[in-house]
Amino acid sequence: MHAPTTTFAQRVSVAILDKRLQAALDHASGGFLKKRAALVEALPEFEALRERARDIKDHVLANLDTYLERYEAEVKRQGGHVHWAATAEDAREIILAICRKANAKTITKGKSMVSEEIGLNEALEAAGHEVIETDLGEYIIQLAKEPPSHIIVPAVHKTKAQVGDLFDLHHRPLGYTKHLTEVSEMVNEARQVLRGHYFRADVGITGGNFLVAETGSSIIVTNEGNGDLTQSLARVHIVTSGIERVVPTLDDATTFLRLLARSATGQETETYTTLSTGPKRAGDLDGPEEYHVVLVDNGRSKMLGGAFREMLRCIRCGACLNHCPVYTSIGGHAYGWVYPGPMGSVLTPLINGIDKAYDLPNACTLNGRCQTVCPVKIPLPGLLREIRRQQFEQGITPGVIRVALEAWAVLARRAGLYHRLMRFSIPLLSRLGRRRGSLGWLPLAGGWTDTRDLPAPQGRTFQQAWKAQRGARR
Amino acid sequence: MRVGLFVTCLADLMRPSVAFAAVKLLEDAGCTVEVPEAQTCCGQPALNSGDQADARAIAQQVIEAFAGFDAVVGPSGSCMGTLRQDYPAMFAEDPAWRARAEDLSSRSHELLSFLVDVLKVERIGLRHDARVTYHDSCAGLREMGVKAQPRKLLAGVVGLDLVEMKDTEVCCGFGGTFCIKYPEISTKMVDDKIANIEASGAGTVLGGDLGCLLNIAGRIQRRGLPIRVMHTAELLAGMGNEPSIGEPAKR
Repeated sequence: MHAPTTTFAQRVSVAILDKRLQAALDHASGGFLKKRAALVEALPEFEALRERARDIKDHVLANLDTYLERYEAEVKRQGGHVHWAATAEDAREIILAICRKANAKTITKGKSMVSEEIGLNEALEAAGHEVIETDLGEYIIQLAKEPPSHIIVPAVHKTKAQVGDLFDLHHRPLGYTKHLTEVSEMVNEARQVLRGHYFRADVGITGGNFLVAETGSSIIVTNEGNGDLTQSLARVHIVTSGIERVVPTLDDATTFLRLLARSATGQETETYTTLSTGPKRAGDLDGPEEYHVVLVDNGRSKMLGGAFREMLRCIRCGACLNHCPVYTSIGGHAYGWVYPGPMGSVLTPLINGIDKAYDLPNACTLNGRCQTVCPVKIPLPGLLREIRRQQFEQGITPGVIRVALEAWAVLARRAGLYHRLMRFSIPLLSRLGRRRGSLGWLPLAGGWTDTRDLPAPQGRTFQQAWKAQRGARR
Repeated sequence: MRVGLFVTCLADLMRPSVAFAAVKLLEDAGCTVEVPEAQTCCGQPALNSGDQADARAIAQQVIEAFAGFDAVVGPSGSCMGTLRQDYPAMFAEDPAWRARAEDLSSRSHELLSFLVDVLKVERIGLRHDARVTYHDSCAGLREMGVKAQPRKLLAGVVGLDLVEMKDTEVCCGFGGTFCIKYPEISTKMVDDKIANIEASGAGTVLGGDLGCLLNIAGRIQRRGLPIRVMHTAELLAGMGNEPSIGEPAKR
């Protein structure tokens, strides 16, 4: 996916004024939070599961080469192919080559954030392939020609009425003339339209929630069964996955599956959990003739060695998005790239360059709610702060912020000077606002006073008043 | 117990009554309170903006100023979270300062959790007739475990009706420099918070961090809403009828 042409501030302004977006965000986030909370409450070992998941991931990341090689060997043993993609471009080339070789006309796709990350659909379409997203949310945004705004619920920003209009526009030529207003009708109509595509598809591309090293299996979870149809009806199945998604054993995978369903959609388990292990074998009734896995690095191995390794524990559940008050205020598109919310504010600068996404790690109050719900205990606020530190050290932090910070720090580091200055200036400020109790405007403080009053200081500083009251103790 | 009061820059400059309230609560609980003059701020603005060098220098100033106290207590979960959680990590590569930072960390407490968890204060003999709601400030809640302590002390106040608002644990949109760097998002968040305060039916919102309270009060004043905003310590220290944050002083 391309970098956006608008600024973060522009996108935020649009999002906050978009009443339909705000309604959609309110509606969706509330439901997920409630469902997740109820299930976590009902599972006494949830915390123990989180710790176990964190430990498994840390172990895998410390031995990633070993597990990836084991996984590759097992996939090959099952008759599949493994391709290593160092960059997004490599990944696109590999997948294009497979599709070309398969003479693919129609390609169906299960939901895959990695495919969004590498900009796959655009590349496939440019090469003349017909691409059909089969996850309902992805299908909707494909019709709308928009990127996903949430990693689990890609069309979360769309209201029911907007989807009804989209279906009118795109399904009418296919003979579906009734205007739909109910979600169940829309699901049914999309299902009927998609059904034909599954059977026509030459290649089916899915993501991989987990890759199991001991068996060479890839696991996907869906609620619509679209992934199963995508991967088992096409002649060629391509799995796209980040290199960090490997887990040692099937047993380990179950730990993550229990956490993922609860954290992502507030379900005990997703409706479909599907393992695929190699292509169709002799005697199998169905399945793809070819099975390919494209393992995407795209910046991940760089994270492995540095301060951001913990980010590679991420299982893409979206809980941090749902619980982030910034995400639920501005929606996913404002973030400008495929991964929004707290996890995206870490990943986007790390993948695309910390100089290219200054705002993302900074547009966060460090309130810490994301960390408390993360199923693999990623210290997201700490990682965001580490990016800010690197931005500051590399001179990416805007000059006006650096100057203001330095001016303040010069004082804050010198207590004597600081108190002398405040003893003089604070009572002045206090007198300015005494009548109303607060100040409506201050020079250079528009960030605050455009929308808020500044409560006036009470009078003397505490240090001054304390000294007067009790005398200096030190 | 000899307590060093970490005043916090916002209480020092904007609302000294919060620090006086802290002194009163600590002295009533039997502590000797001292206020080192060599303190300004905990350094969070620098730390959270990525300016590690200034953050470290400010931390060293705080560590020196508060050496030797039995406890270091401040009326802010956010500032005290910085002393307790962040200072040790800031000196990861400097063993001598790291040890001093850890020593300070182990003595650092948010005011109300210090009263309840350390000093075992059960109730504060006080009457105040009002319906209030309490906003859980993020750092206090998540870094310092402040949740039950203010509620316990408020429950002991005769005449006080504490009602819980929806999403009380959700950030108010202050976030330090966030609120001036991203005012639109911040304003949206504080408006959500204010909607929940209004829906609770409380006439007063209390909290444990002046950053949040100035943000909430500043927006309430701008919108002309009849809701009072106060630090929990002020109410508990018997200052509940004094002008709330952003209200004009009485004549």
